[in-house]
Amino acid sequence: MNALNRLLTGAAISVAVSLSSFAAVAETPANMLVIAHRIDDVTTVDPAESFEFAGSDISRNVYSRLVNLDPNDLEAGYKPDLAESWEVSEDGMTITFTMREGVTFHSGNPVRAEDAAFSLQRAVILNKTPAFILTQFGFTPENATETIRADGNKLMITTDKRYATSFVLNCLTATIGAIVDKETVMANEADGDMGNTWLKTNSAGSGPYKLDSWKPNESVTLTSNPDYYGGAPALERVIVRHVLESASQRLLLERGDIDIARNLNPEDIAGATDADGVKVVDELKGRLMYLALNQKHPELSKPEVRQAFKYLIDYQGMRDSFLKGQYTIHQNFLPATYLGASDENPFSYNIEKAKELLAAAGVENLEVEIGVREAQERIEIGQSFQNAAAQAGIKVNITVGTAKQILARYRARELDVYLGAWGPDYPDPQTNAGTFAYNPDNSDEANATGLLAWRNSWDTGGLTGKVAEAVTEGDRDNRVQMYLDIQAEFRETSPFVIMFQQIEQTAMRDNVTDFSTGQAVTSAAYWQVTK
Amino acid sequence: MAPLAPWIKGTLLTLGSIAVTMLGLLFITFIIGRVMPIDPVLAIVGERASQSTYDAVYLELGLDKPLLVQFFYYIWDVIRGDFGTSLLNARPVSEDIARVFPATLELATLGVIVGIVLGIPLGVVAAVRKGSWIDQIARVIALVGYSMPIFWLGLMGLLIFYGILGWVGGPGRVGIFYVDVVPSVTGMILIDSLIDGNWDVFKDAFSHIVLPASLLGYYSLAYISRMTRSFMLEQLSAEYVTTARVKGMSEWNVIWKHAFKNIRVQLITVIALSYANLLEGSVLTEIIFSWPGIGSYITTALLSADMNAVLGGTVVVGLIFILLNIFSDLLYKVFDPRAR
Amino acid sequence: MSDTTSWRGWLLSDTPTSRRHAKLSALYQGWLSFRSNTMAMFGLGILVTLILIALAAPLLAPHDPFVQNLGNRLAPLGTEGHVLGTDSLGRDILSRLIYGSRITLYIVALVALIAPIAGLLVGTVSGYAGGWIDVVLMRITDIFLAFPRLVLALAFVAALGAGIENAVLAISLTAWPPYARIARAETLTIRSSDYIAAIRLQGAGALRIITRHIWPLCISSLIVRVTLDMAGIILAAAGLGFLGLGAQPPSPEWGAMISEGRRFILDHWWVATMPGLAIFTVSLAFNLLGDGLRDVLDPKSSEK
Repeated sequence: MNALNRLLTGAAISVAVSLSSFAAVAETPANMLVIAHRIDDVTTVDPAESFEFAGSDISRNVYSRLVNLDPNDLEAGYKPDLAESWEVSEDGMTITFTMREGVTFHSGNPVRAEDAAFSLQRAVILNKTPAFILTQFGFTPENATETIRADGNKLMITTDKRYATSFVLNCLTATIGAIVDKETVMANEADGDMGNTWLKTNSAGSGPYKLDSWKPNESVTLTSNPDYYGGAPALERVIVRHVLESASQRLLLERGDIDIARNLNPEDIAGATDADGVKVVDELKGRLMYLALNQKHPELSKPEVRQAFKYLIDYQGMRDSFLKGQYTIHQNFLPATYLGASDENPFSYNIEKAKELLAAAGVENLEVEIGVREAQERIEIGQSFQNAAAQAGIKVNITVGTAKQILARYRARELDVYLGAWGPDYPDPQTNAGTFAYNPDNSDEANATGLLAWRNSWDTGGLTGKVAEAVTEGDRDNRVQMYLDIQAEFRETSPFVIMFQQIEQTAMRDNVTDFSTGQAVTSAAYWQVTK
Repeated sequence: MAPLAPWIKGTLLTLGSIAVTMLGLLFITFIIGRVMPIDPVLAIVGERASQSTYDAVYLELGLDKPLLVQFFYYIWDVIRGDFGTSLLNARPVSEDIARVFPATLELATLGVIVGIVLGIPLGVVAAVRKGSWIDQIARVIALVGYSMPIFWLGLMGLLIFYGILGWVGGPGRVGIFYVDVVPSVTGMILIDSLIDGNWDVFKDAFSHIVLPASLLGYYSLAYISRMTRSFMLEQLSAEYVTTARVKGMSEWNVIWKHAFKNIRVQLITVIALSYANLLEGSVLTEIIFSWPGIGSYITTALLSADMNAVLGGTVVVGLIFILLNIFSDLLYKVFDPRAR
Repeated sequence: MSDTTSWRGWLLSDTPTSRRHAKLSALYQGWLSFRSNTMAMFGLGILVTLILIALAAPLLAPHDPFVQNLGNRLAPLGTEGHVLGTDSLGRDILSRLIYGSRITLYIVALVALIAPIAGLLVGTVSGYAGGWIDVVLMRITDIFLAFPRLVLALAFVAALGAGIENAVLAISLTAWPPYARIARAETLTIRSSDYIAAIRLQGAGALRIITRHIWPLCISSLIVRVTLDMAGIILAAAGLGFLGLGAQPPSPEWGAMISEGRRFILDHWWVATMPGLAIFTVSLAFNLLGDGLRDVLDPKSSEK
């Protein structure tokens, strides 16, 4: 054999080795739930700070709250959790909760009213992003120890005025209402941070699961809490793995490497539906897709132009093509299934009508910039809008950026048009009414960056007062009617073009039952899942 | 004072130049991070934060201080081995890097091994049989490697070998139920599983790494084989080879004992360069294959304004690049008498 | 007939009558040897075709590359009227590829101008001036060389905002250091040559020496290097586009098209495959051309 041949044989063997098959096709273990999900938005798991979708999923399963939503019966609204019952005082400003007896934290410490008071006070004092959910009731770092206090087995919270009780309790079902283990947390306090640094990456709850590990952009591992007061969960381990690509999630699911894939795009949903052993479950979510027109812009602030833009959206075309199955047409700021939600969708794709309106406003050669986050569906919505606008004589320039780039400009009131998504923060109509249609001070100095109406420099044309009234209305039917009225006016006059409401399509192996992403009102729950 | 011994002076010079380069590297990264339109505060507090929450974080990050002061603080911390904490996940950056870097190291090492094992023989054969069909094939292989967008080839590879044929594991380092099964010693799963004696994990990890590593290996193969070929051609046309042949030395001995021996040092330089390129240039591959390595770490950090993470990652990658360069320079000096 | 032969004779003459004659003759001989290289000619052919396609895009494209048709999205290859199918918004892929060639050429042309010129400036100044200027400039060059290239480009685009022009700048920023090194090396050899000394004695200033005498001599090695780098530039631009940092939608940039089509890779593979093939073809053409040019302009290394 000569040198050359020897060389060639060597090379051929290496090629064969590197190509031989090592496919790992197996089922996930029976006691384990494996979920593929995008979890790159998780920046902290401290419930007083956590505010993104995947982070809320973690705390929903790790922390119990005073009142909570039952994943198997979300329509029922809040139910007792760590609080067994509650009473409202005569003046409607103080709610007294009676704590459930015999419940323990993962550490073994008992769950006391003192822990509950500490948890809520802590959230108010730390004043992290989601703190507004609590501080809107008049709690401040200064008064927190008086307005939120424990007495034996009772927890009393006193608001600054009378609110609909359902509004207060709905807010307590949010992540920030999570009850943490005071002893454990304070034992890990550093520099007076109330355990914030430690809780960012650890857990101290009493929920059905405890946090094993969170590896940023990689995985979240949960282990069941056998002593959970509601009964130990069926599945001992839950692993949420970060898989960015829809196609990868689908392949993993079809091969049985995972049980649940949460971010499949319409094409992959269509493909996965045909696969053996896979089912797709639809749940209506609270997230809305909208266009916002900056009212500082001289042309965009004309009423006819605001109207015209509402006719420049190919609602049906998009819903039936690249958004297929994942969004439904919805033109109101309260998501369907919310108290007071409206199902009126009066606008349709109508270039001629838009042209008339633009002509009536005397608008010609309009050129606007639209800020779009670099998510494929949004870029496509942006391009579809760009295409429609061009036909009506408006030149739209798309600026694509990461969430943070675009958001900074939106908050600084710099964008002409913003293509955004908004998800409710707690299951009460105030969550959206209080941001889309509420803006008490429209000046630049007010810097109310949390309010969408302010970001778009819209003074709400009198809706602010109506929203403030609706939130204190105790009678349910009256309250519903008030929101319907606000939305009717909002649809016609506001600079918001609300387009779609999200439907979350979860693809899973067909032996998985009772998985819930939390629908429009909350986050995903795992403890009731079986397989 | 007696003049310094030349080697001490040389070492000091080298160290000094490393320090200056690193400082420049950091400074540029730092400036870029500060002029970025992404607001690091907003990156932390998110869309709904109130202004008071925002202001508190702004002060906490020290963003109210002048740029140079901020830079100085940063450097001071780095010198003491503290890269700061990641703005976005509250962990020490050094911990993050210790986690993601072995992933890249594992991938790049396997890649460069593929490149060496296949590339050198291919280059040698192409040189020995210059103009033959093998040489032509080697040329085409290299050309295709230079011309193919790596992210596209990766996508196609995933589609074919994972999606259609199911021969290899999918994106990620191991299958989901092998995550965290073996204790992390080196951070490189292939090695950790061997240390632990867990054959299943090894097989699974191998099935995941084989595609991205072959992909990187292909690019390094293209480069290494071309360079090997040209080095060999130079040697084979040298007089001593002709003499050896005339003397009746076997072709095998001429090629390997003489010609190849003479290009070893040059080859090591090429390999070091190729290795450095794989370590820093695997960003797109890591993204396509959801590989949690340093490339995708820096990229993610960059796009979410996590400057401590970007700076930390850049220091590590830059340092490796510089060290590999110095290493190959040294080799040259040691082995090549002319360069001494 | 006789005309052409005499032209050939004049061009191939061993005894040039003028400086221009010598130059033209050298060029012609270069062309002859280049022409005999089939692969290089093949590359050149592709590139000429590409330029023609880009110029005649409105005539060649069967559809407007921006017109959407949501009713006919993701049409497969060979669909009536859409030979290469349609993308997610129902736009004709072939038309988008044709228009996309303009963007590719635009990027390549700009980077090929900016990077070598910047490198030439830094390198010649550094090499000619020597001393501390040399040290500082070369140190800066080293810093840029030590930077992870894609990360630097990414950071730069992230800082300035996404867009073609910024992508071009970012790529140039990562591409100039090698040119500076080459230019410096050439300058060092030229600087010490007798004829530069002679010119200096005649009283020529540094500026004049650099621009009139050193630059022209550096150009040929730079051209070879640029042509060889073109493929890399195309790939880098496509990579940025793929990451969403290059051309903005609805622009039919090829890398961005792959990124858009990547979601459908399993069921609608052609959406991402076609732009990938386009990138491959063009960068292959540049590589072939570069190899050929190197053989002609730099015969010393041609055998390598």
